[in-house]
Amino acid sequence: MMTTLQEPILSAPIRQPLAGLNAVLVAIGLVAAFAVPAVADDYWLSSIIIPAIVMGLAGVGLNLLFGYAGLVTLGSAAFMSIGAFTTYNLLLRAPLLPLPVVLILAGLFAAAAGVVFGLPSLRIKGFYLGASTLGAQFFFEWLFTNFSWFSNDSQSLTISAPRLQILGYDLQSAAGRYCLVIATTALLIALAFAIVKSRLGREWMAVRDMDTAASVIGIPVARRKLQAFGISSFFLGITGALWAFAYLGTADAHAFNLDKSFQILFIVIIGGVATIYGNFLGASFIVLMPIVIDRLSLVFDLSFLADQGALANLQRIIFGAIIILLLIKEPDGLTSLIKRGWASLRRRGAPT
Amino acid sequence: MSLIKKTMGLAAAAAIAVTTMSAPSFAEDGKGQQLYPLFTYRTGPYAPSFIPGGAGIIDYLRYINEVEGGVDGVKILVQECETAYAIERGIECYERYKNGHNGALTAAIYPHSSGLDVALTDKARVDKIPIVSPGGGQNIATDGRVFPYQFPLIFDYWSEAQIIVNYIAQQSGGYDKLKGVKIATLYHDSGYGRDTIEPLGILAKKYGFEDIQVPVPHPGEQQQAQWQQIRRFGADWVFLRGWGVMTPVAIKTAARVGFPANRIIGDIWSGSEDDARPAGTAANGYLAVSVFPPGTDYGIIKTLKEKILDAGKSDLKDNTKFGTVYYNYGVIEAITFVEVLRTGHKKFGNRPLTAAEGQWALENLNIDEKRIAELGAQGLISPLRTTIDNHKGETIAGKIIQWNGQSWDARTDWIKADTSLFADVIKAKAAAYATEKGITPRNAVN
Repeated sequence: MMTTLQEPILSAPIRQPLAGLNAVLVAIGLVAAFAVPAVADDYWLSSIIIPAIVMGLAGVGLNLLFGYAGLVTLGSAAFMSIGAFTTYNLLLRAPLLPLPVVLILAGLFAAAAGVVFGLPSLRIKGFYLGASTLGAQFFFEWLFTNFSWFSNDSQSLTISAPRLQILGYDLQSAAGRYCLVIATTALLIALAFAIVKSRLGREWMAVRDMDTAASVIGIPVARRKLQAFGISSFFLGITGALWAFAYLGTADAHAFNLDKSFQILFIVIIGGVATIYGNFLGASFIVLMPIVIDRLSLVFDLSFLADQGALANLQRIIFGAIIILLLIKEPDGLTSLIKRGWASLRRRGAPT
Repeated sequence: MSLIKKTMGLAAAAAIAVTTMSAPSFAEDGKGQQLYPLFTYRTGPYAPSFIPGGAGIIDYLRYINEVEGGVDGVKILVQECETAYAIERGIECYERYKNGHNGALTAAIYPHSSGLDVALTDKARVDKIPIVSPGGGQNIATDGRVFPYQFPLIFDYWSEAQIIVNYIAQQSGGYDKLKGVKIATLYHDSGYGRDTIEPLGILAKKYGFEDIQVPVPHPGEQQQAQWQQIRRFGADWVFLRGWGVMTPVAIKTAARVGFPANRIIGDIWSGSEDDARPAGTAANGYLAVSVFPPGTDYGIIKTLKEKILDAGKSDLKDNTKFGTVYYNYGVIEAITFVEVLRTGHKKFGNRPLTAAEGQWALENLNIDEKRIAELGAQGLISPLRTTIDNHKGETIAGKIIQWNGQSWDARTDWIKADTSLFADVIKAKAAAYATEKGITPRNAVN
């Protein structure tokens, strides 16, 4: 049972050389990732690459819970807001703490909240669980709007990072913010892979596929569920801090509203459930597609067709249509599409 | 097979995406022009307020380009960018146009959203791009020594609170008669709505009126309890700080509990035709503060009617919106932009301005009575003079207008706010912000 859950295609013997290859690929990927600021300008970094990566990371956070442990939540954005507000308050009120420590603490605060709001998952499932996690969504939006202490009594209830630096190196520039994002993301992806491949990840999948069977073979289901909530929220908390400070530059509680939670859910669904890289595909799609459509209408100057207002609405319709089409044609998400495309290309290329 | 097609299709889409996104950068047909990046929200929940406002901006700039031949001969290139009033989309628009477009230079960016204005604070400081928010923006950014790139031009909610109190004092027979008067503030429970709590507290202490604060949760389509509370307190006046649907609901609910409409004074974002009309007859006599007076009787608005609207060149689809609060808001905003360019041209020559030159011009703006007359904008705008110390402008004024069932009538001339009253508090807040951010304030003399 365990082996089929893990990786049904690859058997143990060919895994060994592949692992070496993977390591090389990962190393190349990392070098390439850090070289991006050399080729991309501010526009690409600040408004396309950074939000796509951060949203992808949020997708990873939700996917751990939703894709691997089979638990639903509609409160992802709430955990992001906890991360953002915790980071702000720690940077402000404990100025001696370095940024990486602050980010980890922010993740831990979000994780604690995640465990608390994950408690209903022990008794209820599916749609009802989704509805109960809405509680987190509304509670934290209310909390951060009504207690101005969290935003240091700012007039507009917005928070902005007092300082974004590591070891005295200022990360305020687009390249600096990108480096912060990519380094955090690399570490968190590694952590996500480690978790998914570990015994914990396999037990999550067992709980997801059939929790009664899982408890029969001795998996502590309740604890695994709460761990899933905690770890997922840990990821989301750090993501929230990055979203607020490395991307937006500022945030208020409403930046993390229900829409954002749904957006993360769509990223997971479009990218592919129970994948790690797929989330980044989904996020790129969500972040890029509206901009591409907007740009296309600029390049082809469609203003003779309809006025600007109608065009702006038309873009939303096209975006919605693409999502619907994608979900009908490829309900398993972009990852599955690309995987199968790649597999069939290889089959055709292989000598018969 | 079909999978390969799909994959190829995806790859092709990606290729198109990359080329379209980088393509506009090698065109240079904007050279010699001044860019005005127009941040629009023609979609989303607040589109109804943008559509006439945006038309006002476009019409005025079109008038400048086509009738006056540009600003001192420099044509303005308008590039729209849709934000749907979402901060994320707005940041993309900012990044797209902060360095100009096709060779046209960016001198200033008007984000058209208080939230976006705040979100751009740090970025604008790094990029050195002026961010201008007429009638909105951050009040503490008035202190240009701490906020060199933020310009909350023309108006702020603290001054609005003052103007309200001033009007109520006039009606009551002087400031000394305010003692014991009960003023209830019914506010949208958001950063925007809460902004008048502090100044009203200060004013209540100074003049002795009773300050009652009543929040309405977003979006505010249910206010029975709040109005019962206002009745119970025996409020004499209500200061209505609404946004969107909250305003007509407030006016209707007031009528239901028997609170007279002519004792309710709306905020500048509660004072458009679209705020009063949906309330029906309940709105007759309703008052509001206006910084963007509606009407078609102003010189420049008449000119726009003749040269743009009647010539079929207007951006308006619905001509009944001509001369409304939001349309005139757009015209006023466009006037500030054009006057910034003129100010810059006097110092740097008649050519497109860079962001640094735009910032200088924004800090040395002087639209006095004489200039307002030349513009044909008497009664439409009040004098505006900015300095490094004062990024909002020295004369802050609003009119009180009244809804007659069909349109707005001006009840008063410009009521000036005494900016010295809150100056110290705002300076202190800005200083606290500077400490928090580690900013060394500029010296105004330099």
